[in-house]
Amino acid sequence: MIILNGERCEVAATDLAGLLIERDLTGRVATAVNEVFVPATARAGHALSDGDRVEVLAPMQGG
Amino acid sequence: MRAFYGTTLTTPLMLGTAQYPSPAILQAAFRESGASVATVSLRREGAGGAGQSFWSMIRELGVEILPNTAGCHSVKEAITTAHMAREVFDTDWIKLEVIGHTDSLQPDVFALVEAAHVLSEDGFKVFPYTTEDLIVGEKLLAAGCDVLMPWGAPIGSGRGLANPYALRAMRAEFPDVPLVIDAGLGLPSHAAQAMELGYDAVLLNTAVARSGDPVAMARAMAQAVEAGQRAFDAGPIEPRDMAEPSTPVIGKAFLQ
Repeated sequence: MIILNGERCEVAATDLAGLLIERDLTGRVATAVNEVFVPATARAGHALSDGDRVEVLAPMQGG
Repeated sequence: MRAFYGTTLTTPLMLGTAQYPSPAILQAAFRESGASVATVSLRREGAGGAGQSFWSMIRELGVEILPNTAGCHSVKEAITTAHMAREVFDTDWIKLEVIGHTDSLQPDVFALVEAAHVLSEDGFKVFPYTTEDLIVGEKLLAAGCDVLMPWGAPIGSGRGLANPYALRAMRAEFPDVPLVIDAGLGLPSHAAQAMELGYDAVLLNTAVARSGDPVAMARAMAQAVEAGQRAFDAGPIEPRDMAEPSTPVIGKAFLQ
């Protein structure tokens, strides 16, 4: 079980890159795990653990 | 015009992308405003991929992109958000907001200086959302900022320049630093006043996006910043207490 953008979910993926593919979040996004930024280049090797808090952010309107 | 980290803006208007009635109105408002910079943010991506279509639309605007750290209340949160924004938007520009007070959205200037220092060291070009405090301004410059963005009034309040005296002092104190009035503007006259003080740009969002006709208001803002800038360049007269006739007195007919 991980927490993806605030929602608990069961995932098959074992690393961050796999999670994005599994959840169809393959567009222009930035990622953080447990409040630490994970660059795109490091996603493939970033293993996920039970209870990890994953944030996947995308471009949005802002002032 | 003073350059922003080496970039000379084509117009002194920075416009936010939030709160428009529709994407089409946002695009039309940008065209009418002539804005040279668009502010944007990062939010959680949903299954529908809303962020991707927004990104395509922003790219089509053909303006500089300035991501913000809106809603961040701590140094750590702001720094993490800035790193994520740099990757997503492919720019090292960051509008640094570290909010200290819930009701006024006043920046926490102590946290702001700390975050600005860390981010500048890490290669970011920081646009700090700050107050009109001169000492904070000095510390932000020492932290590595080459731009200062004092508030006009609380974000979204539309009150205009709450403290023109202090903003004038800030312009005088930092003659070589690009200064932007960020937040609190509601009317074209507010934007013109900021430019008449010699500021390099204004940043606004709500005043346009939440007006009855955002496209028309965008045009009005464009005209206001141009008028204010021309007025400053032209050298306004000093106010005086006593009247002084503008029509020549000499040669007036003696009539009873």
